[in-house]
Order: sequence, then C-alpha cells, then structure tokens
Amino acid sequence: MKSGRFWAWVVFALGAAYFFIPLIATVEFSMRMRRGAYSFDAYQIVLGDARFQATFMYSVVAALFTIILGVLIVVPAAYWIRLRLPQLRPIVEFITLLPLVIPAIVIVFGYIRMYGSNSPLPFLANDTATNALLVIGYATLSLPYMYRAVDTGLRTIDVRTLTEAAQILGAGWSTIITRVILPNVLIAVLSGAFLTFAIVIGEFTMASLLNRPAFGPYLQNIGANRAYEPAALAIIAFAITWGCMSLIQILSRFAPKSANRPN
Amino acid sequence: MTDLSLSNQAIAGKTAPPADARSRRLPTQWFGVAPFFIFAVMFLILPTLYLMLGAFQNDASEFTLANIVGIFDPPNLSIYLQCQGASWLSWTPGNCQLPTILAAYWISIKVSLASALIGAFSGLAIAIAIVRGGLPEWIRSATLTFSGVASNFAGVPLAFAFLATLGRLGLATVILNTVLGFNLYAHGFNILSFWGLTLTYVYFQIPLMVVIITPAIDGLKKEWGEAAATLGATTAQYWRMVVIPVIWPSFLGTVILLFANAFGAIATAYALTGSSLNIIPIVLYAQIRGDVLHNAHLGYAIAFGMILITGLANVFYIWFRTRSERWLK
Repeated sequence: MKSGRFWAWVVFALGAAYFFIPLIATVEFSMRMRRGAYSFDAYQIVLGDARFQATFMYSVVAALFTIILGVLIVVPAAYWIRLRLPQLRPIVEFITLLPLVIPAIVIVFGYIRMYGSNSPLPFLANDTATNALLVIGYATLSLPYMYRAVDTGLRTIDVRTLTEAAQILGAGWSTIITRVILPNVLIAVLSGAFLTFAIVIGEFTMASLLNRPAFGPYLQNIGANRAYEPAALAIIAFAITWGCMSLIQILSRFAPKSANRPN
Repeated sequence: MTDLSLSNQAIAGKTAPPADARSRRLPTQWFGVAPFFIFAVMFLILPTLYLMLGAFQNDASEFTLANIVGIFDPPNLSIYLQCQGASWLSWTPGNCQLPTILAAYWISIKVSLASALIGAFSGLAIAIAIVRGGLPEWIRSATLTFSGVASNFAGVPLAFAFLATLGRLGLATVILNTVLGFNLYAHGFNILSFWGLTLTYVYFQIPLMVVIITPAIDGLKKEWGEAAATLGATTAQYWRMVVIPVIWPSFLGTVILLFANAFGAIATAYALTGSSLNIIPIVLYAQIRGDVLHNAHLGYAIAFGMILITGLANVFYIWFRTRSERWLK
C-alpha cells in the first residue's frame, strides 16, 4: 500500500500543478502592467472603467431576474409533482436535462428566428422585451441546476404532511407555497440560485447574440483589445465563481440532513 | 403512500357529490405544473423544433434535403473563411486545405473528444487518488471544493487565464524558455491551436469528472476488496476483475457527458482563438450574426447537426448510466 500512497501523492501533485499554475500565471500577468514592478494598476483600471461597472451591474440584475423567474417556474412544478403528479416526474426530469443536450447557441438561435420583430411574439422588437428574452434564455440554461437543487430540497421534507397540516389550518395554495414549502426548501433554492448566478454572470453566447450590454460580451471585447486587463478580469471572475461555490458549501451545512420520509 | 391517497379519494367521493369534486379538481390538478410546461414548450422545445424543421425546408417552406447536403458541400464555407495560417485537418502550418462546414464539425468533434478523454482519465486518476490513495482527509474535501469551482470556471475568463499562462508572453512559456531553455512556440505549440484549445478545455473537464466520478468510487464496497483478497486475488486482479468492470459504465457515461459539454461550448474558444480555429459553434455564431453562408437554412442545418450529435451522445450517456446504477446503489 505504501507505493499506492506514493502514486496518489504524485497524481495529486500533478493535478494541483495543472490547476494552480494558470491561476498563479494569471495573477502574475495581471500585476505586470507597470514596467519593472508589480502593481494593481490593471485592477484599478478595470474597476474604474465605467463600462465594467455598467455591464457588471447589468449582468447582476439579469442574474437576479433569472433566479426569480427560475424559482417561480421550478418550485411550484417540483412541489406539485411530489404532491400530486408523480407520474410526470420522468417527463419533467427529461425536459430539465434538455438544456444540457441542446447547446446554448442553438437555443438562442431558435429564439432569434422564432421571436423576431415580425413574429406574433416580437421579443426582439424593443430593448425591454429583448432583456426579458435574455432572462428567459438564462432561466432555460439554469433549469437543470435549479430543478435538481429544489427537488433535492423537497426530498428532505415531508411535502404531503406539511401540505395537509397547512390545509387543515385553512391555508390556500399561495400561502402553502410561500409560507410553508418555500421556507423549508429555502437553502436548496439558494444553492440553485448561487449556481445560477455563477453561470449567468459571465455568460457570453446568449448576451452577445441578443446584442445585450452584459458582462460576458464586455469581457470578450476587453480580451480582444487589451493586454493586462483581461488577466485581472479573469481573476475577478474566478473570485466570483469561488464566492458563489463557497456560499453553496456554507449553506449546505444548514440544510436538513435526514429525509423524514423517503419517497 | 398510494393506499392513503386512494382511501382519501374514496372518502371524498362518498361525502361530496362527484360532479362537484371533479369540477373543482380538474383545473387545479394541472395548475402547479402549467407554468413549467408552458415555459418549456415556448422557450425550449418550440425554438428547437423550429430550427430542426427549418433544416429540412427551403425559402418557400417546401420540404428539401438540400440544406443537409449543403453541410457536406466543400465550397460553402470558403466564402467566409479564407485559408488561415494554422490549417484545418492536420494542424501543421503550411498544409492548408479548403475549410468546410464538415471540417468545422470534425475539428469540434476532435477537440471535444480529446478534451473529454484526457479530462476523464486525469479526473479518474485524481478521484482514485483522493478516495483510495490514503491521502489526508482535508485533501479530499479541498479537491472536491476546488473541483466545484473549476468546473464552473469556463467561458471567456478561462481563455484569459490560459493566454496569461501559455500565450507567447505567458508565465509558463517565459519560464520554460528562460529557465529550461525550451521554446514552446519554436517547437510547434500554439495556444491558438487544436492542442491549445484542448488543454484549455481540460481545465473544466477534469473537475467535472472528479465531481461526477468520486461518488462512483465511493460506491465501491470495502467488502468486495476483502472478498477478493480472501479468494486470493492480487491487487492487480482486484482492479482488473472488480473495480474496472464496476466503474466502466459510469466512466464511459461521464466521458460522453464531457464530450457534449465541450461540443456546445463557444465562449472559451471564441475568446482564445478568435476565428483562427473554427469549431462548429463559432461557425454557427458567425452565421447567426451575419449570414456568412448566404443561406439562412444552412444555419438551421448546422444547428440540427449539433443537436443530433449532442443528442446521440446523451442517449448513450443515459444508457450507460442506467447500467452503472445497477451496481452503485
């Protein structure tokens, strides 16, 4: 077993090298802007850039709307399937996997052709509607992650008993979902939300093809025109992804561990 | 559970008039899932079907196979893509062939397959090392956390990171040159090439493999190892006759998932290589932006081909997954 442990260390060290060298190199490159000395000039320029602030805020807002839309679509459906329509589960699981099968560029291509200015539903006719279409596209992309997160959360609570108890106490459907079910799966919903945020914040394809001033197209534009700023932006983007994943990890510690009634 | 709901229904049927119960139940039964299905049909299924039908139609909306044939037609893409420095089919400079849509598919398949295979084997090795290698516990949790982050660190920023590492002025390139005297670019390496792109994709492929395959390796029961040892098996025999057959289906399934994952990706490649390495999503991107093929329906056909390839890949994935679940319960 001793040689086994040796090889395990070798594999781990090689993996760590492959994953950390690009990060170190990017940090180093991002600080090379001032000649002859390391500095944070690139970060200062990037963070002070008005377009950075505008596009970043645009993507944050788009991500927030995506999360709201995703929750509105996924939570009632996942809840209802657990409660009343378990026979629909395979169909819904299949649909939520489709965004992993159909590339994002194909989905947005379909939008552009189907919801063009001359179509019955002209999403591309004005900016507000196109923003809405982008949020819809992002919600589609995040569907697999959101559904899985919410469904896992619902598995750990006893949906049927909670619902019946609420009904006996005279609660209507909207009260049951917003005041009984949602608080119980809040942590699962939040993990789905942070994952959605991480995916949406730097998304390039959809935003670019819908001509929206989002963070992803801005990144691409900077990459094509600048030398040191892209490296600084890559580090910022990595930090955002890291932040989202850490929040998910921290949240998972608060999630209920045991399933009250596995079904 | 079913008994309970049945008896509930039976009671409800006895106490309330059936017609009344039905009229109240029918609409609410579908109420909860209606938004989901309306959304999925409008923004996922119909747009995809629209493209797939468009792939088999001409401008007059008549049925045709011309668009599909067009994919296999060499000169189409040459309108848009002049033969560029780095060539297409064999990635050696100077051996320049006319670019075609087919060549773009082919290079996409090659990059996806190469990055999936490299990612899968490396990811498997890392997973085995952290689960079975007797490493300290914190390494396992740190690796899994990092994998969660790195598997989502894709797109444009990843391209920046690799340009800063292996670009002409990247840290790794410079250190190799100054310290070891090895000039990467003089030896034919280029970040804007097949291997450059593959090496970059591997950065999100390995972590994805680690995240997916670690539970499968956890699922290998200790008893199997003990049983094999009791029966006198060597370590090599245990691996060859127990571990590999059990892990194989989920390994293959994940390879396919990684393939589909790389095949649809565009942002990393676009930011890394611009249009000097035209994988099929970049060709489709150019077509959507500016109808570079001068035939809208040819764009539909390209999209159809992409769905076909990732769709087929996922059929295999589901098939392998159901096979692996038999053992790893």
